[in-house]
Amino acid sequence: MELLFASGVGVLTAVGVYLCLRARTFPVVLGLSFLSYAVNLFLFASGRLVVARPPIVGPAAPGYTDPLPQALVLTAIVISFGMTALVVVLALRGFLEAGTDHVDGREPDREGRS
Amino acid sequence: MSHAIVAPVVLPALVAAFVVMAARFDLVLQRTLSIAGTLTLLGLALHLFLLAGDGVPRPYLLGAWPAPFGIVLVLDRLTATMLVLAQVLAIAVLLYAVGGWDRQGRHFHALFQFQLMGVNGAFLTGDIFNLFVFFEVLLIASYGLFLHGAGAARLVAGFKYVTVNLVASTLFLFAVGTIYAVTGTLNMADLAVKSAQLGPEQSGLLRTGVALLLLVFSVKAALVPLHLWLPGTYGVACAPVAALFAIMTKVGAYAILRVHLLVFGGDDLPTAGLAEPWLVPAAIATLLLGTLGLLAARTVQRLAAFSVIASMGTLLLALAMPGPAATAATLYYLLHSTVAAAALFLLADLLAERRGAVRDGIVAAPGFPQLDLLAGGFLLGAVATTGLPPLSGFLGKVWILEVVRAHPAWPWLWTALLVTSLLGLLAFARAGSLLFWKPAALPAPVDPQPQARPVLPLVATGGLLALPVLLALFAGPIGRALEASAAQLHDRRGYVEAVLGPGRSAAMVER
Repeated sequence: MELLFASGVGVLTAVGVYLCLRARTFPVVLGLSFLSYAVNLFLFASGRLVVARPPIVGPAAPGYTDPLPQALVLTAIVISFGMTALVVVLALRGFLEAGTDHVDGREPDREGRS
Repeated sequence: MSHAIVAPVVLPALVAAFVVMAARFDLVLQRTLSIAGTLTLLGLALHLFLLAGDGVPRPYLLGAWPAPFGIVLVLDRLTATMLVLAQVLAIAVLLYAVGGWDRQGRHFHALFQFQLMGVNGAFLTGDIFNLFVFFEVLLIASYGLFLHGAGAARLVAGFKYVTVNLVASTLFLFAVGTIYAVTGTLNMADLAVKSAQLGPEQSGLLRTGVALLLLVFSVKAALVPLHLWLPGTYGVACAPVAALFAIMTKVGAYAILRVHLLVFGGDDLPTAGLAEPWLVPAAIATLLLGTLGLLAARTVQRLAAFSVIASMGTLLLALAMPGPAATAATLYYLLHSTVAAAALFLLADLLAERRGAVRDGIVAAPGFPQLDLLAGGFLLGAVATTGLPPLSGFLGKVWILEVVRAHPAWPWLWTALLVTSLLGLLAFARAGSLLFWKPAALPAPVDPQPQARPVLPLVATGGLLALPVLLALFAGPIGRALEASAAQLHDRRGYVEAVLGPGRSAAMVER
């Protein structure tokens, strides 16, 4: 399970970084989303991967899973969700005002200079 | 437990909410509330400064949960100093904005108060995850403020600013996750204790997490090569917003001080000496690049933006030196560079408003109203920024030169500091002579329309420009207060005992 989880986080991060480095706003927005998914999973795993255990210490329970990372993930999800909405609006407004979705606000010329 | 400690976070949140809900369409009421709120905050900050003067860090336990389990705010001398600085800057910026800028778009005052809430919270928090949360609060408000009075250029720059900061926030979360996975805590005092008890097999992971944190704070502090977002942002934002943002790079420097000195700076920790070898060369690069930017700047606002980068280089160089004396010098330069940079941003806008089509471009243009007054202001700002005597920039730089002597490569560091000061001086002299001396040789403008100029922006800018003078005049008492702050920051055991309770620092080895 650890291998699967870690590879998932790694692939999501790699995709996110690649997309963030693109020159158009939409791939950048997608990249930021992928990065936030990756970090949410990463935070979740920082309390160790435990299956079928309650998030509280009880005398009857055979063990417990750390509840704090779950609270951290909730906070991070809310923030990243709000920020994604903001970035989408910003990208759209930029596209409408500048007439291009290039991150520099103007199309590069033939030689690729922007 | 004094409830005044939490007030700098709660009050602006309430004022902002009230402004959005109740005073949405009434600009006069918005201004009144915003100014009254910020003045109250200044009073509170001064009260907290006096409260922290007895030298005991005061924890504020939210919900009265005991320290490592609940959320905790901590007031010590450094926090109180930063709070006073932020509030003084906020008042000047607010007065400037009330002179007309707050009419350019909606919700300026609400966003302004939220920004103050984030800044104050970041200074007060004693918990790394809450540091993240308050960073997000101040960033989200700053996105709104940055787009204030929008336009295509600002939207394009805004997208980059938001993207860079979102990536930095993601890195912050990775760092927090790594540190939590190793230590099982995020409370700063508890981290200082738990890090000392780690086995060698876990110290590598902890070092990774702490290095990631340093990276995040370096983005905020605009350390080369993570500075690329700054000139585009500060050079395009509207003047009062850019002036307010002068405190944001300092939040990054504060976070480095707090986390890397207080929490992870102990000699006994696996993280000891992690930051310094990186900070010194990066700070020198920042200083050089900022100074070259000063020489290349074509508008006064960009000049101010690059002066922020150059001053962050100087600041972080002092920060990387060991010992409380270096920390005190860092703090003095921090106070000075914040107000000097903010004053320059406001001056740039005053010039742009009066010079017609050339705006604040550094080119010769016909004379403009209030030339003498602005020339005097620019002279003060330039003298303060470049570090000429007799203002606080000079005192700060001399103090930094003195503490840099502790470094083995000090002749090189001195050379870098002094040569960049000279180059900065050249840049400001060139700008000043083009802006203020060339107009005398050009024909007078054709019938400059006499219009009523609001007096409030001039007062705000003048007030900010007076601060380097005051910092220099009262350098003795201020320096002693900062030395006490620095000594307190280096007393890691005292901080831990104050937050967690007596006897909890037994696992730490005193440096």
